Amino acid sequence: MSGPFSLYNWKTWFSDWTVFAHGFLRTIYISALGLLFTLVIGIIVGVLLCGKRRVILAICRGYLSFFQNTPLVIQVFIYYNVLPKIGLRLDVITIGVMGLALYTGAYAADIVHSAIKAVPTGQMEAASSQGFSYVQAMVHVILPQAVKIGLPPMTNQAVNLIKNSSVLAIIAGGDLMYFADSWSGDNLIYGPTFVMTGVLYLILCLPISMLARWLEKRSVRNA
Amino acid sequence: MLENWANAFAAVFTSRILIFLGKGLLNTLYIASVSIVLSLAFGTILGLMRNSKGHVVRWAATLYIEIVRNIPLVLFIISFRFMTKLPALESGIAAMTVFTSAIIAEVVRGGLNSVGKGQWEAATSQGFSRVKTMWYVIIPQALRRIRSPLVSQFVTTIKDTSFCAVVGTAELSYRSKVAMAQPTIVTAEDIIVLYLLVAMAYYVINRIFAGIARKQRGNAMKGVVR
Repeated sequence: MSGPFSLYNWKTWFSDWTVFAHGFLRTIYISALGLLFTLVIGIIVGVLLCGKRRVILAICRGYLSFFQNTPLVIQVFIYYNVLPKIGLRLDVITIGVMGLALYTGAYAADIVHSAIKAVPTGQMEAASSQGFSYVQAMVHVILPQAVKIGLPPMTNQAVNLIKNSSVLAIIAGGDLMYFADSWSGDNLIYGPTFVMTGVLYLILCLPISMLARWLEKRSVRNA
Repeated sequence: MLENWANAFAAVFTSRILIFLGKGLLNTLYIASVSIVLSLAFGTILGLMRNSKGHVVRWAATLYIEIVRNIPLVLFIISFRFMTKLPALESGIAAMTVFTSAIIAEVVRGGLNSVGKGQWEAATSQGFSRVKTMWYVIIPQALRRIRSPLVSQFVTTIKDTSFCAVVGTAELSYRSKVAMAQPTIVTAEDIIVLYLLVAMAYYVINRIFAGIARKQRGNAMKGVVR
């Protein structure tokens, strides 16, 4: 058998599997850290968006607007090319995590913001009538309810984040997609490489996608 | 200090660089618009297939959508670039269409499912056939609800074209990288001005679509019968 999916090609791919295992682990590592910071940014900015201070609102809206309407690739290019020029040298992993968190954080903030808005206003009023401060009411009453509403779309964002982590391939980030691109080019073995890379991403993303769907169904049922 | 910025503008805003980037932008818009049109067609078919009663048809559409949605676009871009003989732009279009169709299929399906069961029952009770119910009752209502997410998808697709930079396609993002390597682009200010210009090009186009999407979301909310 010859062609892109010949036995030889498959054998060669499997003989170098550690390269892809390495990239796979780095994709998981970067995605996990990216997701963590995404949540931090999303919650902080999402809560700030519910406030009334004009300057803070303008800054938050500007952040959302810029980061949602420009490509992640360009944002990462800026970190990669501009920051060293102004004396800030970051390694590719940091750039990747930062890029993913700032980009996905803008979407997460939207989700947190609308989830909080979806909690009935009576909840806030009831909490303050019981002597809760704004922050206390937020932490103990509003956010726990908002989590239920925001969890399904947030889970979808986690899948997007993992897929978008492939942007690291452009800056030689050593993630799974980087090795899929560079290893296949070096060895001229494309078929098995791309199929197996797809399978590895599916292993990561499919369960989370299914979880998102299940959460959506559950929240519709409970509504 | 101010002189550096003035020099940076002079270095970036030359006809050579602007024409070079402008052609990149045209390629970006070409890839994005053809991909969107094709994806709308295939995505709608896939969405209808996934909602259909035929087991094999539904199963095939589900399999396609779930696999494609959970794999990064970049993998499709490099696969089409290195495994087909398509020219650069067209291979980008093919990859983006394969990917975006699956996303649009889910939007279409969501829209169809959002129309209440009562509408089906009411139409059937009035003697509408399945196809007629779909065409006259369900689709008009679904369309109003999915218009906004579909326009939002334009923004995503335009942004997604930048992933074609991975394989060196001459769209705006890749060309910004090439422009940066020009001997006239030297200082930090030069690079900042260059990237702000490129970011602004994407921003302005995407903001227009994001604005339309928001307006349509408002319109869709107005006429909803629950």
